[in-house]
Amino acid sequence: MTTVSPPAPTGTGSPPGPDPGLRHRLAERGIDRQLLLLVPAIVFIVGLFVYPFLYGLGLSFQPREGGGPFADYERFFTDPYQRDTIWKTLVLAVPAALLNVLASVPIAYRMRGRFRGKRLLTILLVVPITLGTVLTAEGLLNYLGPAGWFNRLLQSAGLVDEPIQLIGNYWGVFFSLVITGFPFAFLLILSYLSGIDPSLERAAATLGARWWDRFRHITLPLLAPGLATTFCLTFVLAFSVFPSAILVGNPAGETRVISIAAYQAAYEQYDYPFASTIAMIMAAVELAVIALVLLWRSRLYKGSTGGKG
Amino acid sequence: MTERHGRREFGTLRLAGVGRRFGRHDALADLDLEIHRGEFIALLGPSGCGKSTALNCLAGLLPLTSGSIRLDDERIDVLPPERRGFGMVFQNYALFPHMSVRRNIAFGLRMRRMSKAEVRRRTEEAIRLVRLEEHADKLPGQLSGGQQQRVAIARAVVLEPSLVLMDEPLSNLDAKLRLEMRTEIRRLHQTLGLTTVYVTHDQEEALSLADRLVVLRDGRVQQVGTPEDLHTRPANWHVADFMGYRNLLRLTAGERTGGAIRVEGRGLRLEATPVGDIRSGQPVVAGVRPEDLVITDSADPGGNVVRATVDVVEYQGREHAVEAWTDDGVRLHIRSGRRPASGDEVTLRVDRARLLAFPDDLGSGPAPAEPEPPEGARQVAVAGRGLSA
Repeated sequence: MTTVSPPAPTGTGSPPGPDPGLRHRLAERGIDRQLLLLVPAIVFIVGLFVYPFLYGLGLSFQPREGGGPFADYERFFTDPYQRDTIWKTLVLAVPAALLNVLASVPIAYRMRGRFRGKRLLTILLVVPITLGTVLTAEGLLNYLGPAGWFNRLLQSAGLVDEPIQLIGNYWGVFFSLVITGFPFAFLLILSYLSGIDPSLERAAATLGARWWDRFRHITLPLLAPGLATTFCLTFVLAFSVFPSAILVGNPAGETRVISIAAYQAAYEQYDYPFASTIAMIMAAVELAVIALVLLWRSRLYKGSTGGKG
Repeated sequence: MTERHGRREFGTLRLAGVGRRFGRHDALADLDLEIHRGEFIALLGPSGCGKSTALNCLAGLLPLTSGSIRLDDERIDVLPPERRGFGMVFQNYALFPHMSVRRNIAFGLRMRRMSKAEVRRRTEEAIRLVRLEEHADKLPGQLSGGQQQRVAIARAVVLEPSLVLMDEPLSNLDAKLRLEMRTEIRRLHQTLGLTTVYVTHDQEEALSLADRLVVLRDGRVQQVGTPEDLHTRPANWHVADFMGYRNLLRLTAGERTGGAIRVEGRGLRLEATPVGDIRSGQPVVAGVRPEDLVITDSADPGGNVVRATVDVVEYQGREHAVEAWTDDGVRLHIRSGRRPASGDEVTLRVDRARLLAFPDDLGSGPAPAEPEPPEGARQVAVAGRGLSA
């Protein structure tokens, strides 16, 4: 730790190297000079995130057509075609994020320990991350489309007469969000789970708790903060869905999500202030959902879970 | 259902041929043991000897690969841990970090679906028993190591289990607390009439706590006996090594006279007590505790003495731990009331009854450690003359 601190100016007679006196005096005022190392990261964040964000915020208050700083906000909320995108996106993102989290829990729970083939199974579960949305969408088109394997299978099994419509509507986008979001949720939850000391469950077993009681009273309460965090992250990913809403959804109708509205404002109507307004509304909705989840999380136990993680 | 609420009274817990294999490695093999109600049994051995494996097998946390465990006539090794009704204290305590002390202790009672009033009554009683009244509403993270340990014990005994299993429960505590908790554990065992199986690698802890000890090595039982048995009559040199016979010398058996046998070699010639069947000319390991090598001033000390030169002296409170070397490079550990100086030549007397000769099981396991004498020791030992018989 001491090796990175720059040598402080030293008076005559003091030993060479960093002056402990100065460092202690600064530390007493709560100043740690090593925090200076954070400066490049802060510059980066300010330049690439804070500034564009504030610029967009400013832009959203300068509507192209005039009418006061809130005209674009008013326009968004009074036009059902725009306003409904919030609901359409939430209806996609919340269930998809919930399903990703809830499906990850039992799978990760079974995969905590060591077993043969764990690595292969993990790779299989995580591989969709590496594919990218477009490839996933293409796969979905081939597999779930009207002439895809899935429908042909159902038809040849005599289960349906007509192909089921799974592409070009809500379900296509939903499946795509699950496929791309699940690996994130799974990896996060697996690491949260392996941070819980396995001897806690073993102790619960010796105290007479069956597996469901062990899960409900020990693992789940310790995992819950991790579930909340995971939900927030997958929700944000899903809420900003864009390519799959166009490729496997119905971008003019039921999957006209909020990012499509923003895209159209910016690149079809070249109305940057309105596009910024939509982006700000998008951020506000995300923050509202995250705030709700974190409010719930703040009521949970968040201390040590005894494990190595 | 009544038996799930109260203590399941039993006469004998019988382990027959219990074994556990990991891949091709036998962590535990052929463990036969009978545990009677009210006994305090210590499983003792160095790390990796299979003692924790044995405990986990008993608790049901590890399935057996061979053998059976019976509680009186009921076979229990097929039951999952939650149906065995044994209490377990884990090495890291395994307290539930999100529950208060009170809820930790009440957990097992709640799992047994007892009435609220009964849960409360027994929980408060257990909290009083381990003297944690002021800390009952704290989380485990706010407690000291010793307090956490007491919560872990209270949580296990509040169910009045037929058997309490303890896995090195004191190894995470400092020396002073360890002594206090040792007494505490023995007190609880007696006042509650528990049956306890206690795993430890600390021979002193095992000797002071247990009614009977089981010494394990490489997954196999070496000796089962009372603390006195093990202390004075270890069955083989491995047990002796573990029970504090720090001087283990590879020698050769000589002629046998009555209850004694001569052991010699490397400049030594001593009378020893044979353990087991030893023939003349056979290699033996002779073991003696440091406190049984007595520094003598007598001009004519008689037989059974060793001459050695003092090398290192450590002050250890009332006594000194002394390391000395004979002329032939045999290292001896001595405990002495007075303080010899480094370089002193001393005469050590050893009682024939305290020097035990074990058959040397050549090629099984590591040999007793026999280091080369340091350069300095050789030089100071030059004037010495070895031994006289």
